[in-house]
Amino acid sequence: MSGTAAPASIDRALAEETTVGGIPIAVERGQREVFCGLTGIVWLHRKMQDAFFLVVGSRTCAHLLQSAAGVMIFAEPRFATAIMQEKDLAGLADANEELDRIATELLARRPDIGTLFLVGSCPSEVIKLDLGRAAERLSLAHAGRVRVLAYSGSGIETTFTEGEDACLETLVRAAPETEEAQLLVVGALPDVVEDQFARLLETSGIAEAAGRVRFLPARRAADTPSVGPNTRFVLAQPFLNATRRALAGRGAQHVPALFPFGIEGTAAWLHAAARAVGADARAVDAAIEAPIARARRALAHYRPLLEGKRLWFMPDSQLEIPLARFLAEECGMRMTEVGVPYLDRQTLAAELERVPEGARLVEGQDVERQLDRHATEAPDLTVCGLGLANPLEAQGFATKWAIELVFTPVHGFEQAGDLAELFARPLTRRASLGLEVTH
Amino acid sequence: MELSVWTYEGPPHVGAMRIANSMRDVHYVLHAPQGDTYADLLFTMIERRDHRPPVTYTTFQARDLGGDTAGLVKRAIAEAYERFRPNALLVGESCTAELIQDQPGALARGLELPVPVVPLELPSYSKKENWGASETFYHLVRAVLAERTNAAGLDPAGASTDTPTSRRPRANLLGPTSLGFRCRDDVVEITRLLDAIGVDVNVVAPLEARCEDLRRLPEADFNVCLYPEIARTLCRWLEKTFGQPTVTTVPLGVEATRAFVREVAALAGLEVEDFLANECGRLPWYSRSIDSTYLTHKRVFVYGDGTHALAAARIARDELGFRVVGIGTFSREMAREVRALAAEFEIEAIIGDDHLAVERALEELQPELVLGTQMERHVAKRLGIPCAVISSPVHVQDFPARYSPQMGFEGANVIFDTWVHPLMMGLEEHLLHMFRDDFEFNDAAGASHRHEAAGAPGRAVTADAAHEHERPALASSTAGTSSIDSAATGPIAATDEAGATERDDDPAARWTDEAERELRKIPFFVRGKARRNTETYARELGHGTITLDTLYDAKAHYAR
Repeated sequence: MSGTAAPASIDRALAEETTVGGIPIAVERGQREVFCGLTGIVWLHRKMQDAFFLVVGSRTCAHLLQSAAGVMIFAEPRFATAIMQEKDLAGLADANEELDRIATELLARRPDIGTLFLVGSCPSEVIKLDLGRAAERLSLAHAGRVRVLAYSGSGIETTFTEGEDACLETLVRAAPETEEAQLLVVGALPDVVEDQFARLLETSGIAEAAGRVRFLPARRAADTPSVGPNTRFVLAQPFLNATRRALAGRGAQHVPALFPFGIEGTAAWLHAAARAVGADARAVDAAIEAPIARARRALAHYRPLLEGKRLWFMPDSQLEIPLARFLAEECGMRMTEVGVPYLDRQTLAAELERVPEGARLVEGQDVERQLDRHATEAPDLTVCGLGLANPLEAQGFATKWAIELVFTPVHGFEQAGDLAELFARPLTRRASLGLEVTH
Repeated sequence: MELSVWTYEGPPHVGAMRIANSMRDVHYVLHAPQGDTYADLLFTMIERRDHRPPVTYTTFQARDLGGDTAGLVKRAIAEAYERFRPNALLVGESCTAELIQDQPGALARGLELPVPVVPLELPSYSKKENWGASETFYHLVRAVLAERTNAAGLDPAGASTDTPTSRRPRANLLGPTSLGFRCRDDVVEITRLLDAIGVDVNVVAPLEARCEDLRRLPEADFNVCLYPEIARTLCRWLEKTFGQPTVTTVPLGVEATRAFVREVAALAGLEVEDFLANECGRLPWYSRSIDSTYLTHKRVFVYGDGTHALAAARIARDELGFRVVGIGTFSREMAREVRALAAEFEIEAIIGDDHLAVERALEELQPELVLGTQMERHVAKRLGIPCAVISSPVHVQDFPARYSPQMGFEGANVIFDTWVHPLMMGLEEHLLHMFRDDFEFNDAAGASHRHEAAGAPGRAVTADAAHEHERPALASSTAGTSSIDSAATGPIAATDEAGATERDDDPAARWTDEAERELRKIPFFVRGKARRNTETYARELGHGTITLDTLYDAKAHYAR
């Protein structure tokens, strides 16, 4: 180690331990093995089909997107990178002019674009290119034709799913005002899950009691719901901290709840929404009775495979804590280390009361030290990023790609079985190849 | 700024990672923000490596920027050295770190580590991946050989003092890297080939090499520059410093392999004509066999890195009898050679990494076979044109489980199979023609073993609307592009963008019923082209109506 003393802000030593409601949480600083927020574009551009995402960044950003997006997506995707070059770094005036030129060129080629997101990156943040102002300028220049918004997905500010948070926060800030009573479901969900939730909210009477139900993001960015003081909202994803604060800033009221993973989480989530809008709890119970029974039957297939197995979460998608709850309570798994990239105690308040016994919460990451602990503890199944999966498999560990949890429909009753199956599959596979499942 | 949808090459620090990951005892400390670790998956997912790439990232965040990021770099270097104990350490920065100017190379030197420390300055905003790999390889070798070149003992006349007559000649194989296109198998093939003519391989680098191997580089009699994109700079320096000549012929294709063997023989003083008389692989005979006549003057489009594009175009023309109608490369470093070859074909080369320009060229040229990268494979798939991949950027399927070199005689065999299989066999073409009126065997019915081919949603193959769809439907069953591709890709097996947006053709001439009926007699796999050609012809002549005569006039006009 060098002798230079570093400011506390970058002290890499495995540091403080804090507690939340009696649960100790270790905080670690060091090398992180996670994606940056730009990755969210891969699912956001498919969710909002009238939107285009233009990353203002470097060749690294473009390379990240195409690598994360499975190397290539077939046709021309609704995202691209304005790659900065040496001459753009010389002076900011040039960079702005260049950006305007690229955006205009893009809009000419893609007349179907209704909303253009300028997405900030590490280099654009470091050179302090003001994309918010650029968005205003371009909105004016292309008024009536396209709406231009900006957010940052840079790695120096956002971790993986925080990119979606930043995008939705921007949508909320730009949303029109409404006085109408409504319930917002917040977080990008696969359409099939969104439809299921819409039906449940309808049949349970929640929608009627709430006035109306809207989803954020909408399937078209142009249809982004209005927000106001009579808006209540439930979060469908546990990583929407800035969005939650932005909604609160617009006068909307957060309905704290467990997240809708598994039977328990989904039931609690719906009941919390029902209470908040004054819907009848019995009607909710009646509406969810059949889906719960189906989910129980589906989970029964996988519980024997998962029961008693020791699970390790590397910090990645921010879904770790709610999923640990589901896998422990409903599948009988035992937790070892549950890593999270960062912890927002308010967003996760309800979940933090249900952290499974034995789970060691670690916030942040020092991947080398974490792998040392992992080797010592030798869990039966490890949830980790794409960079770590094969190396761990080669050492004999069963792994599950964390990224699948973000791209696969896993919310709600109808997906509870699928969610459990994602964790059972690596174990089943190892068994079918005649490999040992337990260390 | 440059608008980019897809890129052929990553940033230069990814090139440096490829060198680090190729070597067995080198570590790379990369000053980089959170998120740049995505590059690990290139190695662990695409190449299926069973270990993490030897890279430590400093992972700085916004809140660190006002503070002591230099301290962060120093600690990361010290800890990485302690943990991994490499025999050489590369130190560099990614695009964002370049902007904050911590100069990690200088910081690393200050730590006085007991191993060579190689500071890398790879300008991210002007250079790319292959250049980064080439520079890194060159500087790594120079750093490892520093003691030797600094000492008075430098002997430019050749570091090996024993006379070549007392032992077999020795060669270094330079340039194969991690994530390179088929490098793993090319090394095996070329090692075998050299052994067969009496040459020993001294060192293969950087793939699977150690620093001590790099120290032995001067002991070879000459260097083989297998991948000029990666090794040309180093070979020139070795030439200058140790007087080692370079074999520059890249043994891709039968002709080039023979030329390579002769070039090696001339340097090593070996007799190889007997060997060459008996050895050439199967490609020449397969290409001459009667079934291959259908390959004659097939129109091919070639795009890839410089080395592979040049070789593919020559093989296509000289060994398979194709006609090269388009050629290009994203390797600007090799633009001159590619332009020169294009001139031989009397065409204009596409130089650069504008993937959309390549796509436009493909659409305009409508070749019968595309030899390209994964990018062109996707475009070709959409256009319904058969395609074989000849170059990086790579994909998980470019690391096949089987032995599958591109270089040497076995490589030429592999190339024959890979390029010809996407095309229809000659006899098959005739059979299709013969059965074209069979009720079960037509474009609307699709292949009998693929029930989804005809009835697939969006494939409205009524007899009247079929013409724009028939080629894709055909290609999906013959081009060897399997539907599991996207799943096999790994990362985010994104479903295909329903993309394939129908392009409205410009208002085309009207077809008379008689001409339309005649058109339908043409085998469906060439009907789309016949229709386009006829319409172009009619448009050029200003004919508003296409009659039977127009159809046959056009046929004669485009005959070749």
